[in-house]
Amino acid sequence: MHADTTVTSKKAAALAAFEGIDSEPGVPKPDPILVIEKVVRRFGGLTAVDVDHVEVQRGSITALIGPNGAGKTTFFNQLTGFDTADEGSWSFNGKPLRGVPAHRVARSGMVRTFQLTKALSKLTVMENMRLGAQNQRGENFFRALIPGSWRGQEDEITERAEELLERFKLAAKRDDFAGSLSGGQRKLLEMARALMVGPELVMLDEPMAGVNPALTQSLLGHVKDLREEGMTVLFVEHDMDMVRDISDWVIVMAQGTVIAEGPPDTIMSDNRVIDAYLGAHHDAPMSVEEAEEQLQEAEAELEAEIEEKA
Amino acid sequence: MDWNTIFVTTVKASIGLETVVYALAAIGVNIQFGYAGLLNFGQAAFLGVAAYGLAVIVSTFGLSFWLGIAVGLVATVVLAFLLGIPTLRLRADYLAIVTIAAAEIVRLVFRSVAFKDVFGGSDGRQNFSGDFYAMNPYAPGSYGIGPIKFDERTTWVLTVGWILIALSCVLVYLLMKSPWGRVLKAIREDEDAVRSLGKNVFSYKMQALVLGGVIGCLGGFIFGLGQASIQPDLFGTEFTFYAYTIVILGGAARVFSPVVGAAIFWVLLVFVGNTLSEAVGAGVFGSAITVTQVGSVRFILVGLGLMLLLIFRPQGIFGDKREIALDAR
Repeated sequence: MHADTTVTSKKAAALAAFEGIDSEPGVPKPDPILVIEKVVRRFGGLTAVDVDHVEVQRGSITALIGPNGAGKTTFFNQLTGFDTADEGSWSFNGKPLRGVPAHRVARSGMVRTFQLTKALSKLTVMENMRLGAQNQRGENFFRALIPGSWRGQEDEITERAEELLERFKLAAKRDDFAGSLSGGQRKLLEMARALMVGPELVMLDEPMAGVNPALTQSLLGHVKDLREEGMTVLFVEHDMDMVRDISDWVIVMAQGTVIAEGPPDTIMSDNRVIDAYLGAHHDAPMSVEEAEEQLQEAEAELEAEIEEKA
Repeated sequence: MDWNTIFVTTVKASIGLETVVYALAAIGVNIQFGYAGLLNFGQAAFLGVAAYGLAVIVSTFGLSFWLGIAVGLVATVVLAFLLGIPTLRLRADYLAIVTIAAAEIVRLVFRSVAFKDVFGGSDGRQNFSGDFYAMNPYAPGSYGIGPIKFDERTTWVLTVGWILIALSCVLVYLLMKSPWGRVLKAIREDEDAVRSLGKNVFSYKMQALVLGGVIGCLGGFIFGLGQASIQPDLFGTEFTFYAYTIVILGGAARVFSPVVGAAIFWVLLVFVGNTLSEAVGAGVFGSAITVTQVGSVRFILVGLGLMLLLIFRPQGIFGDKREIALDAR
């Protein structure tokens, strides 16, 4: 993968930052971009989220994992302003974000994607991308009426969008409706569109869900690229093998609370995680042979599908 | 059967007063529903408050025509904010419920006995179009080509009406090609995605509601001035539904679809209606259809035609079939 060759300084820097940090929930980080304090969200009698204290290190890829129903997505919605928290506070770059509406959160540099991909179906891929750009003069009602006032900026935006589409291998699709893309391509488009906003912190809600194995590798590469460009990534996932591959730090949630934190290699052997997340009957990590076998199976399946279509 | 009369009335209907009024109302609906995905089922109320704003200022209070126009415009914007502020943060269905109820409230207030002195009850208002016709540049006589002629008053109303339609179409064209229109279309597809990209969705929805209402309200002015009178029951819910029919007939989210849709809708209604009455008069149907039933039968036939159109061309006349196909995925 192309990303592997470039993963050098930034990954080392991110790992160095986590050197010597305790694997305790709520442990302070040297340079946090996001600090969360006592966030609580209740739905009637059910407490979906009750996070005491969490910090996200700048310039790292942090994974937020946990079993289904652990409150990961609800927690994401609180942080990004898509839902209101009942209690608590959190700050992004030192700026308090509680009660700030979703669009302002995005403008401040914290951009999210969604578990169920939200491609804007009846807009073309290019229009989807252009929409992500900020401070567009033509988005004002009155200036929109004078094309001369926004044409220049639109050209710049288009150029930037084309570069990103090239990088995400969507350039050939630029004039197709986004609704005609495959599931994996939509994930790529959503990520590329989020980058058009120019974020500092990218929040990915299950970026790998519903993506075929071939595209997974490419998506992983793109996530690593984000760190190389100096962005911070916080992503939700419940596939632990994926998490181990790309993350620098892992936060584990279960039943609404953060139960453990730590580097990906050791977090898997943490007893709290094994008990709460994997349960008593968890599978052992895949061996090399098993992985090989699974890959071959997937390939055979894909080939069968291609033949069927042909 | 007098085919000449049928032909003349049908051609006149294609550019007549009803077509102009419904085209303006439908351009507004197209902005709200076609581009922004807002279900405003109270478009009739926007035309109503504008027409009554003008009529009440001029005929009830005896003030000037231009003040009446200003009051009508302001009333439309106020109505849009009243409807939008509580509902635009909620799911789309709520706007539909609130607007359809509000439109009925507005109509019932206009025809209520309590406000008869102001709004004139079910008789409505007259005597407010004098200043408008005083501005008429056309000398008395009839204008048109061959047998298709309008008198000077109708010609003046239609001239103003079609200028307003042209200006509205230019406005819609410019807006929908711009980044502003892109945000609107994106909101129609998925609000949350647009929010996550840093756009103030509520503000854009409000702008669309106000703009659609204001363009529709121009139709209200033309309606009142063209008839030189207004009655509350002109602004019933069926008015709004005809406007929606027109938008869907032309193809949603296309600049000219409301205009062409309105023309086709009224041509169909007038042609079917006149042909039927001529045929009944000539005894073609024997005793199967009487003259009084023609009005209902023409709506049945036009309705049937529209159903066939939606079955065989669901995207409307100007629509893009590929867009409809995306919905099925």
